[in-house]
Amino acid sequence: MNQRDLNQGRPSRIEGDIDTTNGRKLSTFSGNKALMLDEPLIFELGSRETCGVDIDVMEPIESRLGGLERHQPIGLAGLSESETVRHYTRLSRQNYAIDLGLFPLGSCTMKHNPRLNEKMARIAGFADIHPMQPISTVQGALELIDELAHWLKTLTGMPAVAMSPKAGAHGELCGILAIRAALEARGDAREVILVPESAHGTNPATAAFAGYRVEEIPATEGGRVDVEALAARLGPDVAGVMITNPNTCGLFEPDMRKISDLVHAAGGLVYCDGANFNAIVGRVRPGDLGIDAMHINLHKTFSTPHGGGGPGSGPVVLSEALAPYAPLPYVTKSSDFFQLVEEEQSLSEDSDTFGRMTAFHGQMGMFTRALSYIMSHGADGLKQVSEDAVLNANYILRSMDDVLDAPFGHSGPCMHEALFSDKGLADGFSTINISKGLIDEGYHPMTMYFPLVVHGAMLVEPTETESKHALDNFIGSFRHVVNQAKEGDQSLLQAPHFAPRARLDETAAARRPILVWNEPETAQAAE
Amino acid sequence: MIRYFTEDHEWIEVEEEEATVGITDYAQGQLGDVVFVETPAAETILAKGDDAAVVESVKAASDVYAPVSGEVTDGNEALVDDPALVNSDPEGEGWFFKMKLTDTSELNALMDEDAYKEFIADL
Amino acid sequence: MRYLPLSDNERGQMLAKIGVQSIDDLFVDVPEEARLTGPIRELPNHASEMAVERHFKALAAKNTVAGEVPFFIGAGAYRHHVPASVDHIIQRGEFLTAYTPYQPEIAQGTLQMLFEFQTQVARMLGTDVANASMYDGSTSCWEAISMARRITKKKKAILSPGVHPHYVSVAKTMARFTGDILDTSLPTLDGTTDLEAELLNSIDDETSCVVVQYPDILGNINDLTRISHKAQEYKALLIAVVTEPVAMGAIKSPGEMGADIVVGEGQSIGVGLQFGGPYVGLFGCKAKYVRQMPGRLCGETVDAEGKRGFVLTLSTREQHIRRDKATSNICTNSGLCALAFSVHMTLLGEKGLRDLAMVNHTKAVKAADRLTSIEGVEMVTGNFFNEFTLRLPTDARAIVQQLADQQILGGVSLGRLYPDSDGLDNGLVIAVTETVLDEDIEIFANALETILSGGVS
Repeated sequence: MNQRDLNQGRPSRIEGDIDTTNGRKLSTFSGNKALMLDEPLIFELGSRETCGVDIDVMEPIESRLGGLERHQPIGLAGLSESETVRHYTRLSRQNYAIDLGLFPLGSCTMKHNPRLNEKMARIAGFADIHPMQPISTVQGALELIDELAHWLKTLTGMPAVAMSPKAGAHGELCGILAIRAALEARGDAREVILVPESAHGTNPATAAFAGYRVEEIPATEGGRVDVEALAARLGPDVAGVMITNPNTCGLFEPDMRKISDLVHAAGGLVYCDGANFNAIVGRVRPGDLGIDAMHINLHKTFSTPHGGGGPGSGPVVLSEALAPYAPLPYVTKSSDFFQLVEEEQSLSEDSDTFGRMTAFHGQMGMFTRALSYIMSHGADGLKQVSEDAVLNANYILRSMDDVLDAPFGHSGPCMHEALFSDKGLADGFSTINISKGLIDEGYHPMTMYFPLVVHGAMLVEPTETESKHALDNFIGSFRHVVNQAKEGDQSLLQAPHFAPRARLDETAAARRPILVWNEPETAQAAE
Repeated sequence: MIRYFTEDHEWIEVEEEEATVGITDYAQGQLGDVVFVETPAAETILAKGDDAAVVESVKAASDVYAPVSGEVTDGNEALVDDPALVNSDPEGEGWFFKMKLTDTSELNALMDEDAYKEFIADL
Repeated sequence: MRYLPLSDNERGQMLAKIGVQSIDDLFVDVPEEARLTGPIRELPNHASEMAVERHFKALAAKNTVAGEVPFFIGAGAYRHHVPASVDHIIQRGEFLTAYTPYQPEIAQGTLQMLFEFQTQVARMLGTDVANASMYDGSTSCWEAISMARRITKKKKAILSPGVHPHYVSVAKTMARFTGDILDTSLPTLDGTTDLEAELLNSIDDETSCVVVQYPDILGNINDLTRISHKAQEYKALLIAVVTEPVAMGAIKSPGEMGADIVVGEGQSIGVGLQFGGPYVGLFGCKAKYVRQMPGRLCGETVDAEGKRGFVLTLSTREQHIRRDKATSNICTNSGLCALAFSVHMTLLGEKGLRDLAMVNHTKAVKAADRLTSIEGVEMVTGNFFNEFTLRLPTDARAIVQQLADQQILGGVSLGRLYPDSDGLDNGLVIAVTETVLDEDIEIFANALETILSGGVS
C-alpha cells in the first residue's frame, strides 16, 4: 500500500438546523436565503421546444443527408435568453473567484486578471480569424505570436520557444518529448527520468507517458534537492531530471546551476517545471541556470484567466540542444513575411521536429491576453511583479510562523509561497479543517496536502496583486482559524457553515457515479 | 490455516498451496471510505511484488501487490458492487483475490500476526 | 504599474515586519551570478492601456477578419454566430477568475455548469457519459486511442482516411513514444475505392480500435453501423470523431450507431474561431468504460444537510494522485470554453440545434449546387452536412490564394492539408454555415468561375 493524500470527503451530518439565533429554526419557503439563491438544472427548467435564439426559416430542399437524419429525440433542454442569463448569473454567485477576494492557492498563482487582456483578445482581427486562412491573411496574428515568443525567450534567457502546447502539462510533455527526440537522434536511448520527491504529480505522469521509468530523488532537511543523492544516481541510463524551481516548497534551488552541470556531464538533459516562474520573472533568467527546457504557464505568471479550470497555455522555452526538435507548427520570419511551418516536408534542414501536439497553432486567445499583460508591465513592471510576489509571501510567512509550524521557515526567506504544516493542531484537527474554516471567513483555502514531503501541508501563495490591507485581513482570518484548530473548537469540524453548500459527500459520488442528468421517470424505472 | 502479513499491509491466508489475499484493517483505516476495487482476473500469473489489484478511496489510490508468487484463481466479484466491504470486513468478506502459490518458501519472509501488530504500532 | 497595489511605504513596513533590510535579502538563495541587477534592458518598460490598445489594433489590422468577407473555411474549425449573452456570461468574474472547482462548497456554479455540460455533450454524441472537456478535438482523439489500448490491452489502432490529417499527426507523434501501432491511409478524390470495405478488411484480432471521423475531413457522412459490428466481433472499439458538433442536430449520433467512444471538437458551439485556440475537446463513452476515461468528471451528490450538490469525482484516475500510473498527464480541461459551449447550447436547446443544423445543410446544398455548375468543377463528396469537397481542374492551393487576394476566403486546399501526397492537389474543402449569405455564394462562385476560365475578375 502506498498511500497518498489521506484527507477524506465524507461529511458528518449536522444535527438540527444551524440557523438559530434565538433558539428558533429559520427557514424559507423557497429554500433560498436572500441573495443566496438555489438554481435547478437547465433540464429541470427548460424544454425541448424552447429556444433563446432566432434562427432563419429556410425553404425546404432535397436533403443530401443520405438517410442518416436524426429522428430520435436528442434530449436537450432550451431556455429563453432571459432565463439563460439568469440561470448562469445565479450559478456564478455560488463560485469563489479572484474578483471576489484573495485566492491563496499555492502553486496556482491566482493573480488579478486585467480586463484589458480580455478586450484585446476580442478584437475581431484576432478573435475572428480561422487557423487555416491563407498565411497572407493572418500576418498580424503570426507577428503577435512571434512578438510574444520574443518576450518569453528574452525573459527566460533561452534561444527558442515552442508555442503550441495547450497547458502546463502539455508543455511538460513537449519538453520531455524534445529531450527524448534529442537523445534518440544521437543514438542514446536512456530509460530513467529523475524527479524530486516534492514534484508536482504531473511530472512523473508526464515522464511515464513518454515511456520513461521514474525514480525519485530525496529532499534535504532544508527542503531542497539532495544534490549528492542526485549525483550518485546519474549515469548512462538517466535521460534527465525534471526539477521545479522555485520548488514546490516555495524555495529556490540554490544549486540549480550545479545540478544542470552534473546532469549535462552525465549526458542527460534538464527539464525545469516553470509553474513557479512568477517568483523570479524579470529578476532571474532560467537560461542562466543551465536548463534545457521549461514550460511557462501563461495562466499563472502572465495572468490569463483560469476560467474555472482552463483553458491554459503552456509554451516551452528550449535550449540550443533541444531547439531543432521543437514541435510543429511554428512561425518563422523572412524579411517582412511571417511563415507558418506546418508540415515536415517543408522544413528547413536544421529542424528535426518530434511532430505535432495539437490540431492548430496553440492557444492564440491566451497569447493575446498574455502579451497584453506583459506589455502593460514591461521589463520594469515584471521585475516588480516577482519582488512583490516574494515580499507578500514572506510577509505572510512571518505573520504566521508564531502560531503555525513553518517547516522551512528557519532556513531563510521563502520565494512566492509560504509553506506550513499541521503540527500543533489539536487532536482530530487537520489541514482540511483549516481550509473549510477559511471558507467561512470568506476565502478560498490555500493548497492543502501538497507538497507531500510536509505533513498536512498548507501552501499559501498570495501573489503580487494583493494590497497590504488585503493581506492583513487574510492574516487575521488565517490566525483566527488556526487558533480554533489548536484549541479544538468543535464547530470547525463541520465547517463550512456559511457556504452555498455544507461538506459534500464525495464518497457517495465516487461509489455510484452520477455523471449526467436523467429524467426522473427513467431514473425511477431503473431502480 | 495460517495468516501472514506484509509491510505493505496485505494479509494472506494459506491453506496448503491455496491462499486468499486482502488488505488489513489498518490499511482500510488509513485509506478511509473505499469507493472502487479492481481485482485481477483468474489465471493471471503474478510474481511476488507485482501489482495485483487496485483499491481507491475518494482521494487516494493504492496498488495491492502480490505478497508471494502464484496464479490467480479467483477475484472477489462482490467488491465490484460493494467496495464498502473493504471497510466493514477487510479481513473477511472484503478479501481481494485467491491464488495458487508457486513457492511456499516465499511465505517465510512475511510477518505473522504478532510481528505485524508490532510493525504497525511503530508507524 | 496599475496592477500592483503596494506603495513603497508599505513595502518598507513589510520588509521591517519580515526583518530584512531590502528586497534583495529575500532573493539570497539565488546565486550571485544569476541575479539580474535591473530590468532586462533588451525589453521595453511598462505601457499604458492606450499604448497597448494602439499596438494590438495595428497588429489586428494586418489580418483579414472572417466576418468581413465571404467566408467558406472549415476543416476542423467552423464559423458560427455566437449570441451576445454567451460572451457576457463567460466574462462574469465568478466564472472567468475562478479556479478548478476543488473546493466544492464554494464552486457549485462551475460544478453545476460542468454537470449540465456533460449531460448536453453525452446526449448530442449519443453516449452514456461525457467528461468535463479536454484541450481540443485532436488531443481528445489521441486520448481515446490511448483509452482503447487500456481497455482492450491491444496496440493496433486503425485510423480511417477520413480523419483530419492534423489529428492523425498528433496521434502519430504520441504513438512514437507509447509504442502504439497506427494503421493510417490517405483519402482519395477519384471515388473508385470503397473506403468502408478497406476499413472493414483491415480489422483483425490485433486491432484495439477503429477511428472514423463523422462527418469526415472531405465532408462525407456515412453510416457507422457495419464498422461498429465488425469492430465488436474482433473485440475492438469504435471511436468516432466529430469536428462539427452542429451536425448532431441533423444526423444520427455516432453513439446511436454503436460507437464506444465519441470525441469531438466543441469549438463550433459558443467558442469562436480564435485562430485555432483555445477550443474545447468533447469526450463521451459507454458507461462501462468510465473508469478508464481521461480528464475531469463532475458528479452529483448531496451535502451534509442533504441538499443536492456537485463534486469532481473519480479523481483517483488523475495525475495528481496516480502520478506515474495516471490515465493521462492532463490536468486542465477547457472550463471556460465548456461554459461558452454550454451557454450557447442552452440558448439553442434541442429545437434551436435542429433548426440551426438545417439552415447549415440547406445553405451548403445551395452552395454545392452553384459551385458544381461551374465548368470543370466536380463534387467529390457523397452525402454531406455543411461541408463538401470539390475537385478543381487545377491546383487548389493557388486558387485559394488568388481568391484571398480578392478578399474571398474560399475554403481549404487539400494541398495544404496533405502537402506530400499526389492526386489530392486539386481538392478544395468548402464549409458553409448559417453565417454565409446568398450574395457570398454568388461572389465566391463568380470569382472562382473567372479564375478558372483564365480571366481576372
